[in-house]
Amino acid sequence: MTIEELEQIAKNVQQENAKYDFEVNVCMDLACASQGAGALKDALEKAAEAAGKKVLVRRTGCMGPCSHGPLVRVDPEETLYHHVKAENAPSIVYGLGGSPVPELQCDLNDHFASQVRVVLENAGLIDPEKVDDYIAHDGYKALLTVLTEMTPNGVVHRITESGLRGRGGGGYPTGLKWGTVAKAKGDVKYVVCNGDEGDPGAFMDRSVMEGDPHRVIEGMAIAAYAVGASKGFIYVRAEYPVAVSRLTTALREARRHGLLGNNICNTPFNFDVEIRLGAGAFVCGEETALIASIEGKRGTPKPRPPYPASSGLWGKPTLINNVETYANIAPIVRNGGKWFHDMGSERSKGTKVFALTGKIANTGLVEVPMGIKLREIIEVIGGGVPGGHKFKAVQTGGPSGGCIPEEMLDVGVSYDALVKMGSIMGSGGMIVMDDTSCMVNVARFFIEFCMTESCGKCIPCRAGTAQMYTLLTRICNGTGTMDDLALLEDLCVTVKETSLCGLGQTAPNPVLSTLKYFRNEYIEHILDKRCRAGVCQMAAVETEKEVVA
Amino acid sequence: MPVITPPPLPSEDKRWKIVNGTMRKNGFARHALIETLHTVQSSFGFLDDDAIRFVALSLRVPLSQAYGVATFYHYFTLKPPGKHTVTVCAGTACYIKGADKLIATAEKRLGITPGQTTPNGQISLMTARCVGACSRAPVVLCDGEVAGEITGEQMLEQLERWAVE
Repeated sequence: MTIEELEQIAKNVQQENAKYDFEVNVCMDLACASQGAGALKDALEKAAEAAGKKVLVRRTGCMGPCSHGPLVRVDPEETLYHHVKAENAPSIVYGLGGSPVPELQCDLNDHFASQVRVVLENAGLIDPEKVDDYIAHDGYKALLTVLTEMTPNGVVHRITESGLRGRGGGGYPTGLKWGTVAKAKGDVKYVVCNGDEGDPGAFMDRSVMEGDPHRVIEGMAIAAYAVGASKGFIYVRAEYPVAVSRLTTALREARRHGLLGNNICNTPFNFDVEIRLGAGAFVCGEETALIASIEGKRGTPKPRPPYPASSGLWGKPTLINNVETYANIAPIVRNGGKWFHDMGSERSKGTKVFALTGKIANTGLVEVPMGIKLREIIEVIGGGVPGGHKFKAVQTGGPSGGCIPEEMLDVGVSYDALVKMGSIMGSGGMIVMDDTSCMVNVARFFIEFCMTESCGKCIPCRAGTAQMYTLLTRICNGTGTMDDLALLEDLCVTVKETSLCGLGQTAPNPVLSTLKYFRNEYIEHILDKRCRAGVCQMAAVETEKEVVA
Repeated sequence: MPVITPPPLPSEDKRWKIVNGTMRKNGFARHALIETLHTVQSSFGFLDDDAIRFVALSLRVPLSQAYGVATFYHYFTLKPPGKHTVTVCAGTACYIKGADKLIATAEKRLGITPGQTTPNGQISLMTARCVGACSRAPVVLCDGEVAGEITGEQMLEQLERWAVE
């Protein structure tokens, strides 16, 4: 494959598409598919045939506002339809070319206005199973440019210049990581993509792998060239069967086009990728545990150093990045490091995809520039809390993150600001809670999660989370004391400071952040035996006491 | 290098050939353990002692390590699943939207706790950490089919349909 051949494929796709008068894009991501998007697509194809119109009906990945699904976008008029059913297909086809169906049209201008799409630039535009569609949207251009015009050092430099930081949670500067692996000594090096999106409430990695799989592969190939690796692994959760099948198809297509394999683009560069299935262990998101899992072992972490950059998979230098990090690489190479660096806030550059869920009107995926205010994400893009309820907190960073209260919503989103607030960026889950959620109960939920997910290797995490869970359960059912609360706080610090890996070190965050902002709820549970949200069931002992009194 | 002869297949069952295929594809390398156990589970529905023994022996992995892996990861199950499986997603977004109540409803109706199968082998109740359909929380998977924004009544209807089959 050469640049000319790539351009020829893009041209062919454009010519093919030009044969049609209209393009009808049907979102077939999990949320829309579970509401009958498959039948809808068939119905649209039939209706178009019956009406004798030249319509290209295309399956696409996630368009974003999942709560409005199933979604259909009609081009060139850019009409967005929501809650579309199969029986609406004839009227949509009839309306092509000037008379859109008003009752299905949705006005999401506020939702889209402040979003900037880099990672999701192809969302809703390409068929994830067609490599040609990706190529027609500048796909693999970055890889071929890198291979023919840039040195590995130059690539590392460009990524460093962009200011990209790891999107998996930690926020480690990507360029620095690449540079370390590139400098590491060894003939054999590996590139690993962390697609073990274990954070419950986050699904952007699933969407990218399912909706735009080639973007991830291209990012990995560029990384491999930069660090000097010739073998890559994508570690995907077994709970994401569609992502696995899309990636498998994508890898096959990429090989067929000579974009993976030996002597890619007639250069000495060889690279291929294998898929490895996770098997349901949150701790495998931690890089040393993930490496153990790829090696076919139990996913238990190892003390660092040595870091995977010097001794990772089978003891070889290994580059591990998250799906979203790799998805940013091709646009950065195409548009330059400065372009990316100009977006975002002071120390957090570019954009971030968030999975907006919970008690919010527009649930789904949003991509915003770093530095945007949380309030804007929740109230404008998310459309606020529905049902007349009052916003209480937004949880970011999953089980390693924290709950952010109303008074902090005017802070701009960045890695550092979130840490300052007692939470973390994490992979980008954003769960909105209203006055019907009890913060003590939420903290208990996360600690229960960490307790069951603890791999058991180090004592602070294994025993500490179990004790924290017991204390929180007591507080939740009204049998806790103020001493329990003091003990809980003490334990939080111990677990945070002495655990081996990120799981244990961050496990107390949900408790610490709720204690910081919602301490009165804890005290109400202990002293007044009352749960203001009405979630926690107080133990019967207390009522008996009252009767006696 | 000594020549290693792989152990004979445990039985005539053709599914063992699929399992063997996965191991062969990976050159009987030890790191193929998890991949192979995935194949066993997708072919047989669960991992039994014979399967773990066979895989451990074929890949020259200590039985303790194979058993350790099989029990470490939640995705693997050592018990045969029921004819139907209802999986309640217990991710954060689902929890906020009442997944705990759905689990309690299913427990009450079926008389079992998550991870168990009804005595007649008809229905298994499972929980999932997160299936990634958070935007449609709460989510229940009925035999793997995602049903979003589901109510307790809707889930019970499905359970009743399965129960009378």
